[in-house]
Amino acid sequence: MDLLTLITFSPLVGVLAILFLPKNSKDAARTVAAAATFIPLVLATKMWMDFDTTTAAYQFVERVPWITSLGVDYHVGVDGLSVPLVWLTSLLLFLGVFASWKIEQGVKGYMMLLLLLEVGINGVFCSLDFFLFYVFWEIMLLPMYFLIGIWGGPRREYAAIKFFLYTLAGSVLMLLAIVGLYLAVDGRLESPFSIPELSALVSSGQLTGSNLVNEGVLFGWPFLKWVFVFLFIGFAIKVPVVPFHTWLPDAHVEAPTAISVILAGILLKLGTYGILRINLGMFPNVAPDFAFIGAMLGLIAIIYGACVAMAQTDFKRLVAYSSVSHMGYVLLGACAFTNEGLNGAAMQMFTHGTSSALLFLIVGVAYDRAHHREIDGFGGLAKLAPVYLGVTSIGMFAALGLPGMSGFVSEALVLFGAWQTYPVMASLAVLGIVITAAFILWTLQRVFLGPLNEKYDSENFPDVTGRELFTMIPLAFLCVLFGVVPGILLDILAPTMTQLTAALGGGG
Amino acid sequence: MDMLPFDVNTLTALCWALFVIPFACAFTLINFGRKLPRGGDWLATAGIASCAVIAITLFFKVIVGFGAPEWAWSSAAYGLSWDWISLESLQLPVGFYLDNLSVIMLTMVTIVATCIFFFSQGYMHGDRDYPRFFAYLSYFCFAMLGLVVVDNLLFLFIFWELVGVGSYLLIGFYYDQEEPPKASLKAFMVNRVGDVLFLLGIIIAWQLVGTLNYTEMFAVLESGAFADRTGWALAGWDTQTLLTLSGILIFCGAISKSAQVPLHTWLPDAMAGPTPVSALIHAATMVAAGVFMVGRMYPYFTPDALLFITGIGALTALIGATMGLVMWDIKKVLAYSTMSQLGYMMLGLGVGGYVAGLFHLITHAFFKACLFLGSGSVIHSVHSQDMRDMGALKNKMPWTYRTFLVATLALAGVPCFAGYYSKDQIVANALSWGLSHGVAYYVPFVFAVVGAFMTTFYMFRLVFLTFHGTPGDQHKYEHAHESPAVMVLPLVVLAIFGIGAGGTIHPLAEHGNLWFNRLVPEPASAAVAGLEHVGADTSVHGESYETYLEHFEHNLHVAHYPALIVSILAIVLGILLARRMYLTKATDPAAVARKFGPLYGIVCNKYHFDDMYGRKGVVGGLMFMNRAFAWFDKNVVDGIVNFMGLAQRFIAFVTGLFDKYVIDGLVNFWRFFVRALSSILRLVQTGNVRDYLTWTLLGVLILAITLA
Repeated sequence: MDLLTLITFSPLVGVLAILFLPKNSKDAARTVAAAATFIPLVLATKMWMDFDTTTAAYQFVERVPWITSLGVDYHVGVDGLSVPLVWLTSLLLFLGVFASWKIEQGVKGYMMLLLLLEVGINGVFCSLDFFLFYVFWEIMLLPMYFLIGIWGGPRREYAAIKFFLYTLAGSVLMLLAIVGLYLAVDGRLESPFSIPELSALVSSGQLTGSNLVNEGVLFGWPFLKWVFVFLFIGFAIKVPVVPFHTWLPDAHVEAPTAISVILAGILLKLGTYGILRINLGMFPNVAPDFAFIGAMLGLIAIIYGACVAMAQTDFKRLVAYSSVSHMGYVLLGACAFTNEGLNGAAMQMFTHGTSSALLFLIVGVAYDRAHHREIDGFGGLAKLAPVYLGVTSIGMFAALGLPGMSGFVSEALVLFGAWQTYPVMASLAVLGIVITAAFILWTLQRVFLGPLNEKYDSENFPDVTGRELFTMIPLAFLCVLFGVVPGILLDILAPTMTQLTAALGGGG
Repeated sequence: MDMLPFDVNTLTALCWALFVIPFACAFTLINFGRKLPRGGDWLATAGIASCAVIAITLFFKVIVGFGAPEWAWSSAAYGLSWDWISLESLQLPVGFYLDNLSVIMLTMVTIVATCIFFFSQGYMHGDRDYPRFFAYLSYFCFAMLGLVVVDNLLFLFIFWELVGVGSYLLIGFYYDQEEPPKASLKAFMVNRVGDVLFLLGIIIAWQLVGTLNYTEMFAVLESGAFADRTGWALAGWDTQTLLTLSGILIFCGAISKSAQVPLHTWLPDAMAGPTPVSALIHAATMVAAGVFMVGRMYPYFTPDALLFITGIGALTALIGATMGLVMWDIKKVLAYSTMSQLGYMMLGLGVGGYVAGLFHLITHAFFKACLFLGSGSVIHSVHSQDMRDMGALKNKMPWTYRTFLVATLALAGVPCFAGYYSKDQIVANALSWGLSHGVAYYVPFVFAVVGAFMTTFYMFRLVFLTFHGTPGDQHKYEHAHESPAVMVLPLVVLAIFGIGAGGTIHPLAEHGNLWFNRLVPEPASAAVAGLEHVGADTSVHGESYETYLEHFEHNLHVAHYPALIVSILAIVLGILLARRMYLTKATDPAAVARKFGPLYGIVCNKYHFDDMYGRKGVVGGLMFMNRAFAWFDKNVVDGIVNFMGLAQRFIAFVTGLFDKYVIDGLVNFWRFFVRALSSILRLVQTGNVRDYLTWTLLGVLILAITLA
């Protein structure tokens, strides 16, 4: 077995181990889960180290025939876009286990689902076969549904079902598109689901031969346009792009802290990953027709998300909406079709992954102590928890895109890129930066500064514990590291993004 | 170019040291400050003092040693840049850039900062968060010094925002009170508005010239080789318009950072921070960073952009001064004074007085820091910021009084004091600008002179109310005392610079002979050169730009003495009026205020800028928009989703009924039908052989009949 297979499936060993643990062995389950998520983290780090940044080709490729009658392969491989995301997944799942340490009910089941989730997510990022991609995509959906639906807050069932149905609707569209593509390929590829081969075929315009493509005109739109739109909506739901976003705040508010961390940190990136890898990578001929709409949706998400976030009174809801806003930059940058924009978009996926994960951990700390999330119900906590304030400041400054923090680099790149194609949109997007700064610092002020809320004292609101710090410090460190030395990340992204820019015929 | 004070590696190391040392101090103090003896103040002070030593060494080696106005050193030229971002289409290498201006700036910043670190040891003594204060101060110095030494616009922007964070942290230093956190939020947000516009300006600049390194930018611009990235057309805007636009947007950063109208409102509120902070950040260094940036980017600004800068500067100089007239809070007076003086600097730069504006930045830093620290000394002593509680303090605090008076004279621009040499040049440049352009262009000059009068008036009002006359609050007066040596000595040092920073005490010294004028020559406008290359129209009133510059130079000589006489008249008038109203009390200030009635009201309400931005203005509008969007999100977007969920359930219910009563009903009907049928047929199935035989016989009979 090779590296990517090991990274993807090693958590399954943990699942098996937990399965055979005695019924009430909570600590053992936690420890096993920690170990089982540590293995992929180590392997993913090794993968990052060994990754050759001079080429845009897929690396660590494995390919074994799987369902021969359909031509489906077990085909995995990574490029500059997926390597950082696989690594981030492995990191956040590892930290997620520690963030879940206080879960007391059904620990075994919880940890098993968490590990299964990791298999699904890393599987999606590594898949180079569209069928396999879809399988992993669905695998990831179920653990998430149960994690929110069983271990969530008071409205967990509503949130879980909303999440499930929404994502399922997206999956259905994706499935339709995949089946459509399969039929369109019409036997011209030995592996009709292979993403690289399919991309080459579609982008070279050779898919025009078949009947489906030629005559498959529906409501005046050619076949490929429909495939593109179906896939786009499928991914947009996951991002989520306004107006498909309302499942996100509900899911976040009800989900336990670690699940929110994973949801904001990685699951949302699956959507933009799909847009970059499939929508843009596979359909560079169709994508320009939708670039303007895509950029517009990105801009709307940036401003609308920030405005709605500012109106929230619930700390976690606020952070959830800020995610909507921040993911808008990814879309705006990607749809600019410029090298800076695409690099910025890919980088924003990672930087938002670290900063939003950190913010959800921060919210979790406050919730664990105060058992509520009303922003105005705190106040003056700086006095009780200076270390907590310190970490929070890093997370919040990273989220508002302060220079020296990773978010600044990615947002600036997006703006540099977007301005070349859509100067007016890029100019309006800075409005989002201002509003983001406003609601983040306003929140900081209401929670930490000013006179201390009398409800709290050092008894019921102690400073962060070592375990909490252990989950937050790595993320805070990454926020600073990639802000100071963005080259570490950009070096790995750049070849892939340059190739994508060239495919899209973009300048920059 | 190759004239270097040290070898290249040493020079690079020194640049690193300048901002790494304060950062290391900040990092140490924030983490371990409480464990160090004296809260680690000695570490922070030693850190900044060593930076001062480096800066002063550079100053002497470069400025005194070479005396060459065109000295500059760029680490990029030695291949020492670091590829911060290196994409195929966007390279952002970063390195260090030093020239006379930045060396002078470094020297000023480190000397003022060192004085303020010492002063703070006395002022903040016994504070609960003493180590944190020094940590923040050190952090601020890190960002400020970084801002000066970097060689490109994007890194200037990065440090620019980082000094903003330093300001945010220090304004909100007393975090458990009501006001400071609000003031710090306001400061950050107002600056954020300017900063995003600045960022947009940087992006457009990069589009135009394809690089952000200062030297390269100007070189590209001068050659007119605008990057072909300008292939897109923004509503058909040409290069000239875009260049002006980006210049103005870049200046927008300075509008907020240097408290220019209309983004100045954060500065007075920022006085909620401890007074040494006001001295360091909100008087001497950070707010001056905007002026420094405009100076750095000077060749980039087109004449139109400079006109914009002039207008903003002139307005700020006057508006700031008027608000200084009516304040009772000693720090607020100084804050508005700072705003007004920053306006002078911008005005100077805008009209073409590059040297004058930047010179004023340096001299002003020393005496304004002295004034703020002096006010801090007073506040420390009487525990009040209201000047009506003070009075007659010169007996109790002789050294504070003397240094304060020196700094006041310097600020007023009294001949022989440092401020005189720089401010006088600004006024002369403004007059020359008017002479070169025509009648309507005398406005900046008039504003500058009126501003000078007001400056003198409010400063002497402050001095008379605070140090002269009778005690406003007897109890406070009794307890007033001179501050300890650790606070007084920095005042003395700064006061000495308040006299000495002009480099001469000759009242009629030729401007061209002043040390600053000799060492910091005005750069040629790369923007004009570049625009001429691409055939744009750069003429001024029908004559070429070069001819205009010659006229301006000529007029500057003509303007020197008239400007000088008018300013001195304004100063004398200001002092006399202040004396009449606040010392001899021959005129009642309240009566004057009544005479100016509505005007006085507007000034007291700070021209309603705060109302315009506040909960009933911009912020209110934003909040309304937020709530509207949130309502829309909850009720419309999510409403549709929930409605669809409900609709689904309704459909499910209906299908359920259909299933139960129609489909299942059909099934049941069949069952019923079959059963009914069978119950009829069962009647035939009797099990009796005779019955069956009878039926069979009957059947055979029927068959026989039909077949026959």
